[in-house]
Amino acid sequence: MELLIASAIGVLTAAGIYMVLRQRTFSVIIGTSLLSYAVNVFLFASGRLTVNAPPVLRDGVDVYADPLPQALVLTAIVISFGMTAVVVIMALGSYLSAGDDLVDVPDPHADIPQAPQTLRGEAVE
Amino acid sequence: MSLFIIVALPFLGALLPGLFIRAGRQACFVATFTVSALAFIGLMTHLPAVLGGQVATARLDWLPDLGLNLNLFLDPLGFMFAALILGIGLLIIIYARWYLSRDDNMGEFFSYLLLFQGAMVGIVLSDNILMLLVFWELTSLSSFLLIGFWKHLPAGRQGARMALTVTGMGGLAMIGGMLILGQIVGSYDLTVILENRELIQASPLYLPALLLILTGCFTKSAQFPFHFWLPHAMSAPTPVSAYLHSATMVKAGLFLMARMWPVLSGTDVWVTLVCSVGLITMVLGAFIAFFKNDLKALLAFSTVSHLGLICFLLGTGTTFGAMAAVFHILNHASFKAALFMVAGIVDHGVHTRDMRKLGGLRHVMPLTFVLATLAGLSMAGIPLLNGFISKEMMLEEAVHTTLFGSPLLVAVVATIGALFSAAYSFRFISHTFLGAERDDYPAHPHDPKAGLWFSPALLMIPVIALGVAPFMAEPFVRLVTEAVVGGVAELPEEHLALWHGFKPALFMSMIAVVGGLIWLALFSPLSRMWESAPRPEAKDIFDTLIKALANGAGRFSRTLHDGSFTRYAAIFTLAVVAVGTHAWSTGTAGGATRDMLRVTPIAAMLWGMLIAATCFLVFYHRNRLAVLILMGIIGLIVSVSFNYFSAPDLALTQISVEVVTIILLLLALNFLPNRSPKESTPIRRTRDAVIALIGGAAVAGLVWTILMSGFPLASISEYHLANSYKGGGGDNVVNVILVDFRGYDTFGEIIVLGIAALVIYALTEALLNGPVRAKLLNRDFEEARAGDAHPLMMVVLTRVMMPVVLMVGVYIFLRGHNEPGGGFVAGLVVAIAVVMQYMASGFAWAEKRQRYPYHGIIGAGVLCAGLTGIGSWFAGEPFLTSAFGYFRIPPMQEFELATAMGFDLGVFLSVVGAVMLLLESFFRLGRRAGTEDSEYAIDIDPSRTSTAEEG
Repeated sequence: MELLIASAIGVLTAAGIYMVLRQRTFSVIIGTSLLSYAVNVFLFASGRLTVNAPPVLRDGVDVYADPLPQALVLTAIVISFGMTAVVVIMALGSYLSAGDDLVDVPDPHADIPQAPQTLRGEAVE
Repeated sequence: MSLFIIVALPFLGALLPGLFIRAGRQACFVATFTVSALAFIGLMTHLPAVLGGQVATARLDWLPDLGLNLNLFLDPLGFMFAALILGIGLLIIIYARWYLSRDDNMGEFFSYLLLFQGAMVGIVLSDNILMLLVFWELTSLSSFLLIGFWKHLPAGRQGARMALTVTGMGGLAMIGGMLILGQIVGSYDLTVILENRELIQASPLYLPALLLILTGCFTKSAQFPFHFWLPHAMSAPTPVSAYLHSATMVKAGLFLMARMWPVLSGTDVWVTLVCSVGLITMVLGAFIAFFKNDLKALLAFSTVSHLGLICFLLGTGTTFGAMAAVFHILNHASFKAALFMVAGIVDHGVHTRDMRKLGGLRHVMPLTFVLATLAGLSMAGIPLLNGFISKEMMLEEAVHTTLFGSPLLVAVVATIGALFSAAYSFRFISHTFLGAERDDYPAHPHDPKAGLWFSPALLMIPVIALGVAPFMAEPFVRLVTEAVVGGVAELPEEHLALWHGFKPALFMSMIAVVGGLIWLALFSPLSRMWESAPRPEAKDIFDTLIKALANGAGRFSRTLHDGSFTRYAAIFTLAVVAVGTHAWSTGTAGGATRDMLRVTPIAAMLWGMLIAATCFLVFYHRNRLAVLILMGIIGLIVSVSFNYFSAPDLALTQISVEVVTIILLLLALNFLPNRSPKESTPIRRTRDAVIALIGGAAVAGLVWTILMSGFPLASISEYHLANSYKGGGGDNVVNVILVDFRGYDTFGEIIVLGIAALVIYALTEALLNGPVRAKLLNRDFEEARAGDAHPLMMVVLTRVMMPVVLMVGVYIFLRGHNEPGGGFVAGLVVAIAVVMQYMASGFAWAEKRQRYPYHGIIGAGVLCAGLTGIGSWFAGEPFLTSAFGYFRIPPMQEFELATAMGFDLGVFLSVVGAVMLLLESFFRLGRRAGTEDSEYAIDIDPSRTSTAEEG
């Protein structure tokens, strides 16, 4: 079972990285979502795998799954949803105002002035 | 008055001029003067104690672990400088009141001036070198504001930038040196450092510390080769020049050399370096000053020269040198401040400072002439004026100083320096005031109003008094010298006196004065030679250097930071893998210590589905709708796996988040293109695939290693399991951790979630109010719109489901403490119930029926959680300590009430508010996109059609 989990996390990570390396905002967002699945499962798995022992106290039961990673991952899931939403609105905003949904700055050299002083009308001697 | 107040007064007072300028220039002046005067009086209350040999201190721990404390002390050296800074500051304030024109913003000027004054007083009173560094940087910054005060003048801005660059860089070196010093001694307290001369000088780090600190001092005090910034700072208003370059800014470097004298001086490096730098600066400055036609430029280079002189005196490392230095600091401050102010008066009266256009002013500006002559002759070193006494002492010291093995060298160089110094002083007087009255002055010259001549006139009192009767200053100068020397050596036998007998210094003085007169007589031919001789222009070199550096830095950062996000991501991934690999290969990871769990068929099937869905997703990622479906599958499998591996809470959360995420992304797809174009080259795709596989393999390996080994350290989970019921009153340990053990953490997280929602709301507003709005209204849809946007079946279904889902939400919330569930999940479930209404009946319809703003719900949630936490204070417990009890109200069963429930309610409300606010924001975008608001819940409603026909 451990092998399945490890390989599943690996596949999710690889897919996430590949998608993050695409050039369109939507793909990058999907990539980060895949990565957050991978990371959440990874964090959860750091408490080791346990079957049929949820951390809900019962009389006469003394083996429980590790509750701490679960608590951490629970908030992480909700927060990563919030973050995804922020990134999505940023992507939307840039698409709607710039007209394309590319993540890379098209030509970095085009809009950076060579000498900032000249902007203020002050000659550089 | 407490030292804290003396230092704080100018800083606090800096707020006043800006306010009082509204009440007029006079009110602004009075406020500034009062602040400065209060600080000065406060300082003077310490005078008896200082004269009595006491050292006042004020200590306040700030960051004691870092050794950074607000410690101040007032010894005679600090007192002398503070008195100069505040005293001359008062005179400058008076002078500036009448110097600044109506076009200048006096409030701004005086605010900067007081800031600068506070920083200077801070430097000289600091007992902690870290504090001193803070004040040191503050002087660089505030002097930048002062020098560049006339923002409309390019020269002013450039001069200010140059001053900031040079002194700021020096300040950085100084920080390094001071930190080394603190490391050597083990304390950053100045008084402690000053007692550890042997320790510091024996340390191998002494040399780097010395060089760094001296770099800081030399840049600040405009010593060769950093002297070039000072003349360019002359484009500042004259009161600034008079203040910065007589008594304050440039003296800060000398102050620090004097302050550090006991521990840094006396070594060969110190003597050689400081003496020769001082001598070179003195001669070079004086030589250039002679040829400058601008009065202020002449004074600027003369200041450079005099700073060199004092630097040389401190560099000799003898107590007599220190005494001469102290005395000359006093004298120079008095005559140089007066001379700058005189230059300003001339500028004011004649509208030029160019000596080629001046001359003969003695006839029209007699009072100014007297002041200029007295101060100028003092600068030249003429007897009966204070400059003579200290210059004699300098020459005397030069005779006894051996540098580079030559006993004569220093004496000769010092005499040459004194000669040039006399020459430019004579030129200042004669080319401005002597000679025949001219008829081509740019303006009609006249003596100024009292406000302008009062300050320089007052300064003539010490110039003459100390010149005639130097012994009056002797007790004080001795006291200060003692503070400089710090008990390292005995004070010298010599006294401050007008007549020392026929000593070499007297003859050197005579040579200097006579030589200076001859040099002045030769001015015309010398000046022609100077004009024709090639000489390096410091500003050009500086500008070229800065430009080259800026271009280099720009190229460097543009190369690294080229705007290609994908490249950063690729580099980041590879770097992380590389670091991990390094850690893996150098560290020790234990072998497998745990047994594998058996693989069940269902688990294997789910695994296969997950892998398949992920692969499909990657291969068909251009079809964005398909991607969302595949994402849904992945999310479902993840939540099922959570459930399988004993994490029911996670499974519930994941599955509800999955729903809202997909809704969110669908809403986004409404605006984004439905397909990604195919644009990567095969090479690029291969490269990305390789990177992705490397990253994936690394993570898989890491997870495998972790899963197969036991915990290296004991987990704190045991504590949580043991205390969940006893301390938190709940059986669901995950929920108890969230609302109790780590409640503070959760509190922060719901705030973050709320902030994220508000950010989205704000961005949406910005989009809707900007140019994007027109685009949204006019956009073409890629695909046909649904004819029936609000289908009957969906509306009915969601309407029926709403109360059921709400009930489920309440149920999940209430059972959360003891069974899987809780505020997070319940919040998500309730949000889904509401969102379904938006989806079915449209934004406008749902919005009309929504009574509470979502912002308010977020706020209520955070408040609710916070107040629950605060509630525990009233029980005398720390923040967020939970209490619980069991109650029985017939006919119900016994049930539990815990304060944690109030906290969980806060979580619940925040989640509902945040999720709804952010989804609503996306809906709003869609609404503006041109869809018509529907008045009814259902577009096609058979019953409505019939009633409409009847009516």
